[in-house]
Amino acid sequence: MSQTATLKAEAASLIGRKRLLTIAMPVAILAYLAYIAVAFDFAGVAERARADNARALVADSYSYKTHVTRDNRSGEVTVAIEGERKGTYAPDTPPAWVAQQDDRTVIDLGDGHVVTFIGDDGFSYDIPGYGVIEGTISRARGVQNNLGDDVPDWISVSKNRLAITTDAGRVTVTRNKTEVFRYFLGWELFFFTLDSPYHGHGLAEILFGPRIDPDHSNLSGALSDFWNNAMWRHGEVAWALFETVLMAFLGTMGAAMVALPLAFLAAKNFTPVMAVRFGVRRVFDFVRGVDALIWTIVLARAFGPGPLTGALAILFTDTGSFGKMFSEALENVDDKQIEGVQSTGAPVLSRYRFGVIPQITPVLLSQVLYYLESNTRSATIIGAITGGGIGLLLTQAIITQKDWEEVTYYIVLIVLMVVFMDWLSGILRRRLIKGDAGGGH
Amino acid sequence: MADFATQGASGVFDTREHYMALTRRRRLYSGVMLIVFAALMTSGFMVANDRNAGGFWDGLHNIFDFPAMVVAEAGEKLALLPGHLVHFFPALIETINIAAVSTLVGGLLGIVLSLLSTRGLARFPRLIPLFRRIMDVMRAIPEIVIALVLIFVLGGGPVPAMIAIAFHTGGALGKLFSEVNENADMKPLEGLESVGATWMQKMYLGVLPQVAPNYLSYALLRFEINIRASAILGFVGAGGIGYELKNAMSWGQGKFDEAAAIFILLFGAIVFFDQISSHFRNRLTQGRPVS
Repeated sequence: MSQTATLKAEAASLIGRKRLLTIAMPVAILAYLAYIAVAFDFAGVAERARADNARALVADSYSYKTHVTRDNRSGEVTVAIEGERKGTYAPDTPPAWVAQQDDRTVIDLGDGHVVTFIGDDGFSYDIPGYGVIEGTISRARGVQNNLGDDVPDWISVSKNRLAITTDAGRVTVTRNKTEVFRYFLGWELFFFTLDSPYHGHGLAEILFGPRIDPDHSNLSGALSDFWNNAMWRHGEVAWALFETVLMAFLGTMGAAMVALPLAFLAAKNFTPVMAVRFGVRRVFDFVRGVDALIWTIVLARAFGPGPLTGALAILFTDTGSFGKMFSEALENVDDKQIEGVQSTGAPVLSRYRFGVIPQITPVLLSQVLYYLESNTRSATIIGAITGGGIGLLLTQAIITQKDWEEVTYYIVLIVLMVVFMDWLSGILRRRLIKGDAGGGH
Repeated sequence: MADFATQGASGVFDTREHYMALTRRRRLYSGVMLIVFAALMTSGFMVANDRNAGGFWDGLHNIFDFPAMVVAEAGEKLALLPGHLVHFFPALIETINIAAVSTLVGGLLGIVLSLLSTRGLARFPRLIPLFRRIMDVMRAIPEIVIALVLIFVLGGGPVPAMIAIAFHTGGALGKLFSEVNENADMKPLEGLESVGATWMQKMYLGVLPQVAPNYLSYALLRFEINIRASAILGFVGAGGIGYELKNAMSWGQGKFDEAAAIFILLFGAIVFFDQISSHFRNRLTQGRPVS
């Protein structure tokens, strides 16, 4: 009886403790999150968040705008994609929706919205369902217009500036220039820039149509113009991706090659001398603990920015990780196989080659391949710090804060690169190590 | 009799010949593989060397210049070092907090995603491939991409780093967790189902107690990785000790004593959490009861 009673009491206390734990855990997590919310100043971040930046970023990543700009002093009109020099239309061949009539420039924004530049200083904007906004610009009196005092909130008007934003586009008039933005879906000039003869031609036309540029065959000319596209720099981007993969490959394989012999020195069954073992293990701990960030900084001082520095930073860090894992694998090898090889009178080197290496190859390869994939991601990050590969292009594009379509392009490429490396390392793992369950660690 | 003997001998001979041919071919293949690998390594090294600002052989003897400079300057101002350590300690705490909270949030996200994408446990079995792809994409995006974009929208500070790391962690842990889930025993689930438990109750009472030790062990490993990640993200402007390091470094000579203090703190923190986490992971995976 008393035994059952104590059992019951034990069970009750156990259940009580578990019950306490189930309540205490969420409470502890919530308390920690509350502390973080205060420490990281969530409220302040929410306040400082720039919604307009986010909108510009999202809009820019799937659409682009073409600027039609008139210099109000000279009356000169230019049409440029994203307002960039590289995307400027030649003056005699504007796009179809911009028409020159004597001293007028008629800009059709679609859906019945028409903006007209009149002479050097006049403009009108015909908005369906609202009316025609007209005005003139003069040096002395600023921007004159026919709007009354009562303007809707999509028009902002002051003495020196008039800005109209509609669904079709945007018009900004200042003393110096009159600017019209028309928005289009997609990424501008992704294949060919405007100065390329192949701009505006479809794929079928380039492949099977008559020769467009008499100097080259269509295919080679189009490929070279695509590769050297001044806006998207496809050639450079491909090089950068290659550099990033190269960093990961050199770093991972180099680390494995350095770590393997050292791992023998750190394994109990191969190195009986404790001092050596201890020393090598501390070296592993040290290079791993210093971390890729510090290695990158230190090595960049010696070798300068570039892919080699990144590869060496990965090599140093991963030598530590690999050394630790390999020596653990070596400590778990079966002695019988080594004795078997030894009994045939094999020398020491053959004993390692045929007795030890075959036993640890599966562990070794699967770890190395797993790290190869994960280091592709690290190489992107290290590239951003040390200045090499796609990481550098990404940071540069983000720093300009306007080429978000390029940022989107790089992000897509990075994700594809990582997914490809993941797939490749998975395939190699299954090929080289039969019966591997996959998954690394 | 004689016939048999010659035949037997030739048979052995054939087998042996065949084996030797096989071995030769195997050796040839591994030889070719080795040569291809060596060629890839050397050509890769040469390309990387060409595209680097400074060459490998020129830089090799400079490799200790910078550490020596830092150590020399720190040695000169040794008296200031404890002060620097105290000064930068809050930044270190911030870095560790970023790692901890993103591991926590990412882990919770990973639990949900993994339960939704494990066969036999999923709430919506038809959507398993969808949730798997979501995890793949989350895993594939490097933290720095999200961090840099969020710094533009939210401004600098720890929050962008936290979100970026949590996002990546969610995908990475989700995949590992779902592998753990696949080995979970279904019997408790059946028991719970027979008494009419909802999906949430089944997961909370039937699955999580079984898999919690493995989850914890993976989460601890991830925490270790995330400390390094949050230090690196600090370097691109996301707060914490990485940010302080960048400031000290860009100042150049004259502030290397501060850089030395930061190096010490970061190194110490990484080694400390490595040791702690591997200790607990050993305890968790070696089947000792955790109570």
